[in-house]
Amino acid sequence: MAAARDRILERIRGALGRSGPVPAATADGLLARMAQHPAGPRPAADWQPLARFRERALAASSTVDEVETSSAVPEAVAGYLARNDLPRSVVVWPALAQLDWQRGGIEAQARKAVAADAIGITGCFCAIAETGTLLQLSAPDRPASTSLLAETHIAIVPATRIVIGMEEAWALVRSECANLPRAMNFISGPSRTADIEQTLVLGAHGPYRVHIVVVRGC
Amino acid sequence: MQVASMHFKSRASEKLADPHLRAALDGLKRRFVPGRAAVMAELDFEATRDAAAAIRQRALDHLDFFLELFERNAAARGTVVHWAETAQDVNSIVTAIAREHGVRKAVKSKSMVSEECALNDALEAAGIEVVETDLGEYILQLGHEPPSHIIAPVIHKTRDQVSDLFAEKHRTARKTDIEALTREARERLRPRFLDADMGITGANFIVAETGSTLIVTNEGNGRMATTLPRIHVAITGIEKVVPTLEDVATLMRLLPRSATGQSISNYVSVTTGTRAHDDLDGPEQFHVILLDGGRSTILASEVRAILRCIRCGACMNHCPVYQSVGGHAYGWVYPGPMGSVLTPSYVGIENALDLPHASTLCNQCGVVCPVKIPLPELMRKLRERQYQRGLRPRHERTALALWAWLASQPRLYAWITAVGVKVLAWMGGKRGTIARLPLGRGWTGGRDMPAPQGKTFRALYASKHTPLSPRERGRG
Ligand code: SF4
Repeated sequence: MAAARDRILERIRGALGRSGPVPAATADGLLARMAQHPAGPRPAADWQPLARFRERALAASSTVDEVETSSAVPEAVAGYLARNDLPRSVVVWPALAQLDWQRGGIEAQARKAVAADAIGITGCFCAIAETGTLLQLSAPDRPASTSLLAETHIAIVPATRIVIGMEEAWALVRSECANLPRAMNFISGPSRTADIEQTLVLGAHGPYRVHIVVVRGC
Repeated sequence: MQVASMHFKSRASEKLADPHLRAALDGLKRRFVPGRAAVMAELDFEATRDAAAAIRQRALDHLDFFLELFERNAAARGTVVHWAETAQDVNSIVTAIAREHGVRKAVKSKSMVSEECALNDALEAAGIEVVETDLGEYILQLGHEPPSHIIAPVIHKTRDQVSDLFAEKHRTARKTDIEALTREARERLRPRFLDADMGITGANFIVAETGSTLIVTNEGNGRMATTLPRIHVAITGIEKVVPTLEDVATLMRLLPRSATGQSISNYVSVTTGTRAHDDLDGPEQFHVILLDGGRSTILASEVRAILRCIRCGACMNHCPVYQSVGGHAYGWVYPGPMGSVLTPSYVGIENALDLPHASTLCNQCGVVCPVKIPLPELMRKLRERQYQRGLRPRHERTALALWAWLASQPRLYAWITAVGVKVLAWMGGKRGTIARLPLGRGWTGGRDMPAPQGKTFRALYASKHTPLSPRERGRG
């Protein structure tokens, strides 16, 4: 094992015309550049983030609802479930257990999702306007599978957490997390496949529907 | 995977005659090509791909440094990093992990590196059940076929063929609706995810600064494989490292756009380390296998730019040769222009003689490549190497030697070409086309050759330009 590692590194160094590791000065330069996290060219962000997020989320086949405060979320969710003829029994992130789900007549269980769960409700760490994307970071009270196993995924997005692009999301992760979480999942709409005859079908292995509830004031 | 790249010519002719394949490949031109163009217009493509090429090149120029950094940061989070010199080594490492931890069932999301290794065969031989979960790869596994495209592995198959296959293998009523077929596969595969002890994935990138691996999927199978089983094994090539998460952001603007015409793929999953003790899900063990498998040799060669490749598939989607013959003709894991460079470099140029020639050098691939790999130039370099090593057929070498000699005899050259043009013009007759060309039947078999009209280029040039004075000629 160690021998394979050494031989591979040696071959790489030989290919790069060196017989040892990069010189210390070069290494320092590379590390200094990394520490600055330089961004590449970005598309012009000549839009208002919430409007752009909504437009792009819809384009990715998510549906979007907006409410004023987080206390209005359970009723909005109940309305969505009723409109779509979906069951009112849902699994929610333990982090969202404190919302008054009963107010919407929703029977919420705060636990890890299992295969039989039809509806999974999550929050998000932030959302990306450029592409209409949710970013979820795994944590003990925010399991990754809730947005994956259920046929319907409902996500709550505070408008204040909508950032412009992936670069801003990384900056937020760095400023708010001491350690990277085990999983950082960027989600853009329901799962899909076009493997057979390039025909798009929603609902491959993950959710068939992604519904986003944006909370405007927090 | 068995290498069958020596048979490109015969396979290509076979494929050209297959009407189902032609219909299937039509989808490429109709969907992928315009889809990419439309969504790429959202970016300053040239500026973004300049940056992307620089990111990849910087990683390769200091590859050992970034790999060691990745290893250190990954290990700090409890990830076990393995180094594999060959495809066989990958198979032994995965099998050993499986044996040590009592793994009986594994699920896989699409990984071209694992195709290089023929990992499924090795696992099955070791008594481990392995299921492909990408819909396309699942269809291939059922039919015991290799992929024909790196992004759309069953591009060569029609819906009817999939219907027949599912009815036969699943023993269900034959369905023809694509949505119904997809649901059937989902229902078959869901229990496999829940049951599996091991999830095997590739990695689109590995990130040096954080020790993370990243996978991109649309179906969600990659997320399943990295979340549900107790062991996650990611297999990737040593060239896949990038320095920072910001570099990932730049590359991710190009990868899905180039691949499927999406501004972003449905799921981009960055995984770092193993589950914490109080996490409710996630694997207890995370292994990353870094495969050399010929890459360090390419790094030392004149085609090293191919290592920048991010496996988007745009070069094959835009290649007139791929569009006509599909991926199987290329005879190994990687088809199209990138395959024509990679395959000979991995398996030996003597084992893939036709591939660098399976191109008109029209440079469509070079124009769309998001990391600016000069694919035609690399194919030309491989052609040169074949010639230098005496690997080209005798008649070709003789013809080239003859031409080289002739080209260095200006007067004779002018005379012969002038005669040649007249003969061809005479052969073309009034219609001005030649239906059958001696020594050129390969060309005229499918179309007429337009006969040259008028004079040779040299004659025209001479009549338009006054000859140089002796003084000027002396300077030239
Ligand atoms: S060579 Fe370029 S265009 Fe082809 S798959 Fe690789 S990155 Fe994409």
